[in-house]
Amino acid sequence: MGTPQCITHEHQVLIIGAGGAGLRAAIEAASTGINVGVVCKSLLGKAHTVMAEGGMAASMGNVDDRDNWRVHFADTMRGGQYLNNWRMAEIHARQAGDRVRELEAWGAIFDRTRDGKILQRNFGGHKYPRLAHVGDRTGLEMIRTLQDHGIHQGIEFYMEFTVLEILMDGDRVAGAVGYDREKGRFHIWKAPAIVLATGGIGRAFKITSNSWEYTGDGHALAYRAGAELKDMEFVQFHPTGMVWPPSVRGILVTEGVRGEGGVLRNSQGRRFMFDDIPDLYKNQTASDPEEGWRYVIGDKDAQRPPELLTRDHVARCIVREIREGRGSPHGGVYLDIAWIKEKMRNSEAHIRKKLPSMYHQFKQLAGVDITKDAMEVGPTTHYAMGGVNVDGQTQMSTVKGLFACGEVAAGLHGANRLGGNSLSDLVVFGKLAGEHAVEWAKSHPNPTIDSSQVQSICRAALEPLERSGGESPYEVQARLQDMMQDKVGIVRKESEMAEAIEGIASLRRKAASASVPGNIEYNPGWHTAVDLHNLLVVSEAVARCALDRKESRGAHFRDDYPAKDEAHASHNTIVYRGADGAMVVERREIPAMPKELSDIIKEMG
Amino acid sequence: MGEQRQATFSVWRGDHQTGKFVDYKTTVSEGMVVLDAIHQIQAESASDLACRWNCKAGKCGSCSAEINGKPRLMCMTRLDILDMTQPVTVEPMRSFPSIRDLVTDVSWNFRVKKRIKPFKPRKPDAEDGTWRMYQADVERVQEFRKCIECFLCQDVCHVLREHHKHDEFAGPRHFVYQAALEMHPLDVEERLGQVKGENAIGYCNITKCCTKVCPEHIAITDNAIIPLKERVNDEFYDPITKLFRIFRARPKAERKD
Repeated sequence: MGTPQCITHEHQVLIIGAGGAGLRAAIEAASTGINVGVVCKSLLGKAHTVMAEGGMAASMGNVDDRDNWRVHFADTMRGGQYLNNWRMAEIHARQAGDRVRELEAWGAIFDRTRDGKILQRNFGGHKYPRLAHVGDRTGLEMIRTLQDHGIHQGIEFYMEFTVLEILMDGDRVAGAVGYDREKGRFHIWKAPAIVLATGGIGRAFKITSNSWEYTGDGHALAYRAGAELKDMEFVQFHPTGMVWPPSVRGILVTEGVRGEGGVLRNSQGRRFMFDDIPDLYKNQTASDPEEGWRYVIGDKDAQRPPELLTRDHVARCIVREIREGRGSPHGGVYLDIAWIKEKMRNSEAHIRKKLPSMYHQFKQLAGVDITKDAMEVGPTTHYAMGGVNVDGQTQMSTVKGLFACGEVAAGLHGANRLGGNSLSDLVVFGKLAGEHAVEWAKSHPNPTIDSSQVQSICRAALEPLERSGGESPYEVQARLQDMMQDKVGIVRKESEMAEAIEGIASLRRKAASASVPGNIEYNPGWHTAVDLHNLLVVSEAVARCALDRKESRGAHFRDDYPAKDEAHASHNTIVYRGADGAMVVERREIPAMPKELSDIIKEMG
Repeated sequence: MGEQRQATFSVWRGDHQTGKFVDYKTTVSEGMVVLDAIHQIQAESASDLACRWNCKAGKCGSCSAEINGKPRLMCMTRLDILDMTQPVTVEPMRSFPSIRDLVTDVSWNFRVKKRIKPFKPRKPDAEDGTWRMYQADVERVQEFRKCIECFLCQDVCHVLREHHKHDEFAGPRHFVYQAALEMHPLDVEERLGQVKGENAIGYCNITKCCTKVCPEHIAITDNAIIPLKERVNDEFYDPITKLFRIFRARPKAERKD
């Protein structure tokens, strides 16, 4: 094959990813009148944000006026076990409300309170009802609002394009190179500022709520461009994914079910969440089922039911029940919302109104009527707390001109993300990333593209199509997913993770010799082969960081070190590509919190 | 369907010019949906079989196809509702140009939407820049906003499918979109002229094919299209209104309910 041809585009700011964060960044950048391009891996409006269900957290105090940004900040830090970037946690808590109200100004219609304001619901780890929501399809409302607003802002959208690599001009970014799915043509985007908004890494695991897109592209692009990744050991296993039938295993069951009063039971019918309540949450948790229900229906004197403890803890309790033989027939536990019929008339209509997607999902895919019967659920890989290490204010990574926001960025969530803090994360930091990317682009125009770098990237991408008789990329991907699930999953130990790191090296060799039949036009085998390289980078980062953190904290649980360890209480884990190309792991102390923030933590107990 | 057994899927393979059905055998088991079978076929025997999908939970609207001739989401179509003794046919949506295999060029929908006037809210109700809306007033708009843009309604609409009026007619998806804007309690934009003219709602003769295929169960015809048609009639064809308007121009905000 000769020299691959490339089509060149030019933008002042290039956004990679078109979920909530990417679209919000694009809208912000375009509002300054500059030239913005957005690369979408799928069609516009189909990104993973669309699957978010429960809501977006913002301390607007519409339902409980005791709420304010300080409480939200303290809840976020506690949920993250204090490994969060405290500046990001502060900015997020302060600005989330404005971002919710802005969505309303752009056409979003959230569920309403009786007095006509935006309704807020209970969610795990949030002290007060805080999640603005639309039934259980809040993500759809957010992405559609941003999409419908965004298409009128003069933004150029590249639908069904994948970015292969970030291009550098010395130590700063110069653009990106990628291909379009339809024709398989190569494209160069020349841009002095790039915002990564590519989401997460869930496809590195076998059981996941994430779609095919979630192959850690942004993480890997940043890593290869020389940026640091942070806290990659913290992968959130959402406690409630579907477990039956096998083909739907992993599909998300919103935490909103528990927010609306759903309870978890084992095969003996016991509400096992009452059996283990962490010290950090003792004084915030209901003492009996009666108090828990009073909380659900809005009694301000009641504490929340233990089902609404943080996701890391709930997931581990479920695993414990299953491991000790008290699971459901298909290896999960029971999540029951139907029981609320004991407490309210019209419970069936209420459930269908508040949880319509869940109702249809179970009815259609599992043949279960959730207004009458319990669901079977178990943990599913859901979210990467770790990601590109960014400056808390500007969202710039350690590479000049390279920004990151949303799930691909690290910092806000620390060791464990609270439900609802992701949708607000997207718009709060999407906006900031867009703003600062513009600033950078204006002061650093006209980078130079190195065409030999482009040529070698394109040639490497084409190799799987030119080879024959190599491994199937689907096979390599499946083996990686099995291995990550078994050895670097929800319960981890040293020997298994060491095996995983060796396994990744061997799969990398197989990926390098993968071959795919067919041609370059809309060929999913080829796309899988290309994405594999990114999956391998993030898998290695997760395994190495997890191996290095010899304790259990937040979403990271070690069988061989089951307790929290003070020695690990105040550092983040950083990885970057060393001079020899190997991955370097480094512990980095978290800077001390300023007094005005540490006072809030103390005050909130 | 408790045990595993072999089944045959007759899948459309082709590009924008030609194509044909190709039979693939794969093992199916309890609870599987059509998209699972397509993925298995990709992994086992046709790695270059093109299909769109994302969420696999009926939320993103990417995997629209025609299964045994019926427009459906592949991820929400369980095999146990199909006759598995016969080959299951899986083909792309036929109202849009083919790109490859099960993937069609749906970009027309994005172009039509972009031409629809954007949301334009009234002035905020409260000094802090917020609005008040009541649940009872937003419920019908929330129904429209459930739309996942799978375009199955566009696929089945005979104005598009049989008569190819893509240049003149916006299709059911965009009437749902227009209805969501028109009935949005905050919106003050004048929309009916566009609905009548550029979107040509008059072409729709309410056969309800769109409603039948909507995976979100939006009552497209009854709740979106018919009310829009009524508003268009009131606005442009009602003689008393016409007479009245000659004497007094009414801003739309007053007409809002």
